[in-house]
Amino acid sequence: MHRTTADGSVAPIRPADSVGIAFCGVRKAFGDVLALEDVTFDIERDSRVGIVGPSAGGKSTLLQLTAGLLETDEGTVNVEGATTAAGRLARCALMPQRDLLLPWRTALDNAVIALENHGVPRSEAREKTRPFFERFGLVQFEDVRPAQLSGGMRQRVSFLRTLMAEKDVLLLDEPFGALDSITRAQMQEWLLGALGDVPRTVLLVTHDVEEALILSRTVVVMSARPGRVVTILDVDVETEGHTRREIVTSREFVALKESALEAIE
Amino acid sequence: MSADVDLRSAAKAPGESTRRRPSRWSRAWRAYGLAGAFILALLGIWELWVWIFHVPAYLLPSPSGIAVALKNDWGPYLAPAMWVSLREVLLGFAIAAVAGVGLAVVLHLFAPLRRAIYPILIGSQTIPIVVLAPILVILLGYGIWPKLVIVALICFFPIVVNGVDGLRLVDDDFIRMMRTLDATRWQIFRKVEFPGALPSIFSGMRVAATFAAIGAVFGEWSGASAGLGYVIQQATPNLQTARIFAAILILTVIAMALFGLVSLLERLLVPWAPRGGRM
Repeated sequence: MHRTTADGSVAPIRPADSVGIAFCGVRKAFGDVLALEDVTFDIERDSRVGIVGPSAGGKSTLLQLTAGLLETDEGTVNVEGATTAAGRLARCALMPQRDLLLPWRTALDNAVIALENHGVPRSEAREKTRPFFERFGLVQFEDVRPAQLSGGMRQRVSFLRTLMAEKDVLLLDEPFGALDSITRAQMQEWLLGALGDVPRTVLLVTHDVEEALILSRTVVVMSARPGRVVTILDVDVETEGHTRREIVTSREFVALKESALEAIE
Repeated sequence: MSADVDLRSAAKAPGESTRRRPSRWSRAWRAYGLAGAFILALLGIWELWVWIFHVPAYLLPSPSGIAVALKNDWGPYLAPAMWVSLREVLLGFAIAAVAGVGLAVVLHLFAPLRRAIYPILIGSQTIPIVVLAPILVILLGYGIWPKLVIVALICFFPIVVNGVDGLRLVDDDFIRMMRTLDATRWQIFRKVEFPGALPSIFSGMRVAATFAAIGAVFGEWSGASAGLGYVIQQATPNLQTARIFAAILILTVIAMALFGLVSLLERLLVPWAPRGGRM
């Protein structure tokens, strides 16, 4: 399979295996605090996987390891064949917990920053990014600074910025953790649509079991510190053509939620 | 779906309430009115004090006496001296701003250099400029150069220190974010660290702006034939105290004007930053 990259060239043909991300015996400690221990699981290419677990359970650490921002103490993280930190960094885009929009740049100029880093001239990067503002419900807010945007809009700009990096792997770290529950529900629905458009490997960290079940096809439940994989659940709830309310109150969904919550305890 | 909700909530800028914005004048009054009233009260007491106790003008001139000196001496002494000092202050400050920001950037980008130079830089500040000034005059002569060097030396330090701190204290999360978006070291500096440090750089420059006039006076005292420092030096043995006060007043105005200019520049260049350091 070919994929066109940011600069228009064609990426090399992918290796035959279908593993997107593989964690093998991963251990990570910060000083005396053991954040992760013996984490082993695989994520299929182009799948959506949610990681849930109690707060401070090393979930963010797992994402940073995947992104190549950290190195493991033991074990390996393999992202589409890359095991070095630099190699992983080149393949992953991380959407941080805080929106981290640059306050001196407008919404549009925040969204184009990855393209700019890749050497695309700013005017061209803007033209390429502008259409997404319509799809993301951000029209007329292109030239507004982050301070004037609502929390939900800031998260959408932050997501767009991550998306525009055009990486194969998207890592989302509690993307809606800072939002109120109503906005959060709207954003989950929106993200579901946005992710449907771009088939990529998505790894989503959240402490909200419901969010993980709605947004992913597979849910990895992790324990409190040190983080270990407790169980892995396949989400086989029919979502097509159903409203959010119908989904979250369906029998399969409630049963899955119960087993996930049970695993966390 | 969520878009229209957000549109409504974002239409109103944060911090903007339904309360009517106060007019320009009432805001100016709230900002500076109290300071102005306080100064007027002090001047009144001063004037009365001199008048009641018959304080001789060479010891303490009254505010009205200073005003008269300002008017009479403006043409022959004060105005020409003011231009000389103003030039020293502005040029010296400009040199310090360029060199200070430049050194802060270099020290930030090359950590070993920072470890080597930063302690020396702080040590250099313990050398009293008053002692250094005559040596600089011997080295550089009676012209404008020793004054520029002294003004620049005094202004340099707060700009470098605030610059280095501002660059170093940029949130690591921003830098991590940039790394996942494939930014090079230089791109991180140019797009995140430098703009992020601008508020801090400007607060260093505001502090430096208040020092610049003092530097010019030190320089002129150590050897000059013009400038407000020179006027003060000449007036002292002649007991022309009112003229000294008038010169000090002008120096204060110069310092405040430079402070205002820096604040204005900050407002233009860093419009996104939270406001602080108003006069």
